[in-house]
Amino acid sequence: MKKIWLGASILALIAGTASAQQTEVRVMWYSDGVEGEVIADLLSRFEAANPDIDVVLDNVAYQVIQEQLPVQLASGSGPDIARVTNLKAQAEHWLDLRPYVADAAYWDTNFGDRFDWMRPDGSTAIPGFMTQLTLVGGFANATLFEQAGVALPGPTATWDEWIEASRQVMVSQGLPAAFAIDRSGHRISGPNASFGANYIGADGLPAPVDEGTMAFIGRLVDWTAQGLMLPETWVSAAGTTYRAAADDFANAQIPFYYSGSWQVANLSTKIGDAFDWVATGSPCGTAGCSGLAGGAALVAVRYTQHPEAVARVMDYLASEPVVREFTERTLFLPAHAGIVAAGGLNFQSADPNVPPALSRFVEASGETLPAADALPAWRWANTYYGALVTRVSQVMAGELTLEQARELIDRDIADQVAAAR
Amino acid sequence: MSTVFAFLTRRRGHGGRWHWTDIASWVWLVLGTIVMFGPALWLVSSSLKGPAQLAEFPPTLLPYVQEVAMVEGHDAPLPLFAVTLPDGSTRVMAQLRRVGANAQMIDPANPAERVNVPIANRAPVRHVGIAASNYVDPFLAFDFLRYLWNSVFVTTAATLLTLLTNSMAAFALSKYRFRGRDAVLLVIVGTLMVPLSVILVPLYSVVSATGLLNSLWGVILPTIATPTGVFLLRQYMLTIPDDLIEAARMDHASEWQIYWRIILPLTAPALAVLAIFSVVWRWNDFLWPLIVLSRRELYTLQIGLNTYAGELNVQWHYILAMTVVTMIPVVLVFIFLQRFITTGIAGAGVK
Amino acid sequence: MTSPLVLIARALDPALRLWQRRTGLGGMAAFFLLPNMAVFGVFVIVPLVLNFAYSLTGGAEILLGDRRFVGPEQYGRLLECQNYLVPLTCREDQFWNAVQNTAIFVTFQVSLMVTVAMITALILNRAIPGRAFFRAVFFFPVLLSPVVVGLIWRWILQREGLLNLIVTSLGGDPVVWLNDRFFAFAAAIGVSTWAHMGFFTLILLAGLQAIPKDLYEAAEMDATPPARVFWRITLPLLGPNLAVVLVLALIRGIQIFDEAYVLTGGGPGTATMFITQYIYEVGFASILRNPGLAAAASILMGAVLVVLTLVQLGLSKRAERARER
Repeated sequence: MKKIWLGASILALIAGTASAQQTEVRVMWYSDGVEGEVIADLLSRFEAANPDIDVVLDNVAYQVIQEQLPVQLASGSGPDIARVTNLKAQAEHWLDLRPYVADAAYWDTNFGDRFDWMRPDGSTAIPGFMTQLTLVGGFANATLFEQAGVALPGPTATWDEWIEASRQVMVSQGLPAAFAIDRSGHRISGPNASFGANYIGADGLPAPVDEGTMAFIGRLVDWTAQGLMLPETWVSAAGTTYRAAADDFANAQIPFYYSGSWQVANLSTKIGDAFDWVATGSPCGTAGCSGLAGGAALVAVRYTQHPEAVARVMDYLASEPVVREFTERTLFLPAHAGIVAAGGLNFQSADPNVPPALSRFVEASGETLPAADALPAWRWANTYYGALVTRVSQVMAGELTLEQARELIDRDIADQVAAAR
Repeated sequence: MSTVFAFLTRRRGHGGRWHWTDIASWVWLVLGTIVMFGPALWLVSSSLKGPAQLAEFPPTLLPYVQEVAMVEGHDAPLPLFAVTLPDGSTRVMAQLRRVGANAQMIDPANPAERVNVPIANRAPVRHVGIAASNYVDPFLAFDFLRYLWNSVFVTTAATLLTLLTNSMAAFALSKYRFRGRDAVLLVIVGTLMVPLSVILVPLYSVVSATGLLNSLWGVILPTIATPTGVFLLRQYMLTIPDDLIEAARMDHASEWQIYWRIILPLTAPALAVLAIFSVVWRWNDFLWPLIVLSRRELYTLQIGLNTYAGELNVQWHYILAMTVVTMIPVVLVFIFLQRFITTGIAGAGVK
Repeated sequence: MTSPLVLIARALDPALRLWQRRTGLGGMAAFFLLPNMAVFGVFVIVPLVLNFAYSLTGGAEILLGDRRFVGPEQYGRLLECQNYLVPLTCREDQFWNAVQNTAIFVTFQVSLMVTVAMITALILNRAIPGRAFFRAVFFFPVLLSPVVVGLIWRWILQREGLLNLIVTSLGGDPVVWLNDRFFAFAAAIGVSTWAHMGFFTLILLAGLQAIPKDLYEAAEMDATPPARVFWRITLPLLGPNLAVVLVLALIRGIQIFDEAYVLTGGGPGTATMFITQYIYEVGFASILRNPGLAAAASILMGAVLVVLTLVQLGLSKRAERARER
């Protein structure tokens, strides 16, 4: 027994000295689907080629990114690299990789368009890169439409036309609802912009809720009251809780589902061969047919002890072949300008519904309005989204009138702005 | 046989008649068993369903998988459906492909014949079967044994320390008279009322300041001074006669000996109860470890299974399966210790 | 397993004897209290004090050191209200809505909990075959974590859930149960009762078994009706246990969080948003976070809890004295 102990402690000692020469790089990562496995695979290849760096991938729940990481960052700690969605509001914590990366020009060319989403206004930093670009948009169950004998509305169809067509499908097929939108302020902001909404005031601070926003959220409330919008997604939760309706769409309970490009892989898995589905882009309002771009980025954290090692990991992950492979395996939209321009992505899916859906999203990304494009790089966007979703679902539940909600949204946002002063 | 029957029908009433309270009792017990156990069985059944079947409406009681058949001329097995043909007859056929609202079906016995049917006229042929991958994938994908070990370590260490510190404090609070005793007791009971979720941020600051962040001890230490434990043990120790202690002091036993040779053995039932609760609490702890631990090698099972909750999607089939796995040890501990529970609480008697 | 512990205990003895000789019994009391109170002080008392400090600060920063002192401003904001019964007239409408919901919840949940636990304990106290089995059955949910409890029941009550399977197989139309304000509230009450009643049943059962059997035998001799036996013998002798059950049920009811949060998410609308969820979201989880406000709300909640417990303890002390007389 003693000998085993001795042997084990010697082994541990050796292992200890070996890892002392290695630099440890911690990556905090959350997954919606298979991307955790893909990145683990990619990183293990990096480690094989770079034995001096030990990359540890900490797979966490999204809740950790949202609730725990901010506390760590505030106390000057945290991982070396993190996959984050709340990019702008935490921009002060990201590391500027510009002095460390091998080729800053490569980064600027291929990821430069989106740096403003993750750095303070006016900065020239390279904080990281988008692992995926997302675009909000719709999905339609083509088979249900076909069975109901209702034609799929065309690319310039309005929201009213889409909901009316979905209503006909609902009635004909005996479905519980005509459509659903994820419970999220982000999801309704593209449509709001399509009706002329603008959240950003002249001073860069939040503007009061305008008529454009009221036009779309008024419609949403009406559609919920008429039983057209699936009630449980929005009504059955309080606060800013996120709820998706993907399962109801995958289960052919709703003919039309407004969510976003990240659902493609998920829908493909869950629907399989049960029915045909198409990505529809965003229906039109009075001002345009806008979705809303977004996504998650991999950023370096300022409090790292090893910026050089971090930059090497980031250089590797951002390199064109790696981004290409990551994109093809995860079915994400790429955020790499070179890859987008070159095209020819070979998405790894046997599902015939997937490639047209992805290319429809790529096409729709050209249809977003300036008011929507400004949001990802705007510091108060999440605050605005949070207040919208909290109050609008109260209206749907019959707790508030639309006018009361309008005042309360403005007040909630003003409170946050005042608190930040 | 008749004695068994007599035993089963033993009841309150006199002279072999059923009293209405007997019937009411049995109705209550049977309904209670269904309501208490049923949901857990539903969880187990759901955890065996594939992702598509989980979202299915209406749901099925048992997990099913679709039957497939090999058809000549096709490399992959084809799914089987019960097809209602235009003439009203029903046949089991394999689906070749689906185009929009129509499906092209093929008879496995006669591969040359193909039939086009509307998809509404076909229903999948399924048999009871399980999606074992819900259980297998997480075992392969995440470091299950490591998480299990962390959970076991946290639970064991926290439970032992809880029993030790709480019983020592309870001993002092029940068998010594000193100034401020009531005040100490009041403070302890008072903090029964502070839910953790309410003081998360300050508690986090303290753990961070003591350097316990990302350490299993950061999960263990804050939990061990449970007010409930001190309270429970103290009530129980009050019932131990002081004469025993006096007699031991006469024999020159030290106070420490009195504690571990007299008080502890006599408190065993209450300690067992506290042990069960402590194991259950620590094993199930979620919010607190989630905040303290952000490194993979330190995850407990509860945190590990939660990594399947993403921003935009939750992979329910994995979460349900792992929930079932994490339930098993607690149930085992309970079965092992349950005979102590009633005596322990009876003794604690809260008189 | 035991032997190393015994060895450790023995090894400690000489040192502790020395300590005992130096300081006497008072010193030993301090020694026995020290480990528990040290941990308690660091991980409970200090955070509570810090929490109070937070409640006096403003801003969105997370760390106390970065925040600015604003005095009782947060309390003022919470308490600013034209009519406390109409949350919408309050500055913090969500807070007062949560307070109202919690008050209603606690009233019904504690009554239901005590009733159900009492009935179950009475039945389990009878000479029933398989008593140990049924005792385990009713205790089973206590073993589950609150998150799992919420998850299980959401899986039953949602649109694709077990309840709708039963409804549709009986020929009814599926219902989105958790979208109904009344039903969702009732579900929160029912589920939390389901999860915790085993614990309270056990405390009551222990009390019942401590009641001398000859009292019941005497009652049976006199052919006293069961209802009378319950009111005259069982209930009075169960008094102390019942008091504990009431206090603990009340405290736990006010703290309701995880299971309800997972089950209903506070919806529909804000119909099942309880005070702890409000504090958690405002302090920690939501995009619209305000740690100072959440801390102030938790201090107010704690104050209410302390008052309630003191009142309850006072009442039970008085009842005890009345009985002694």
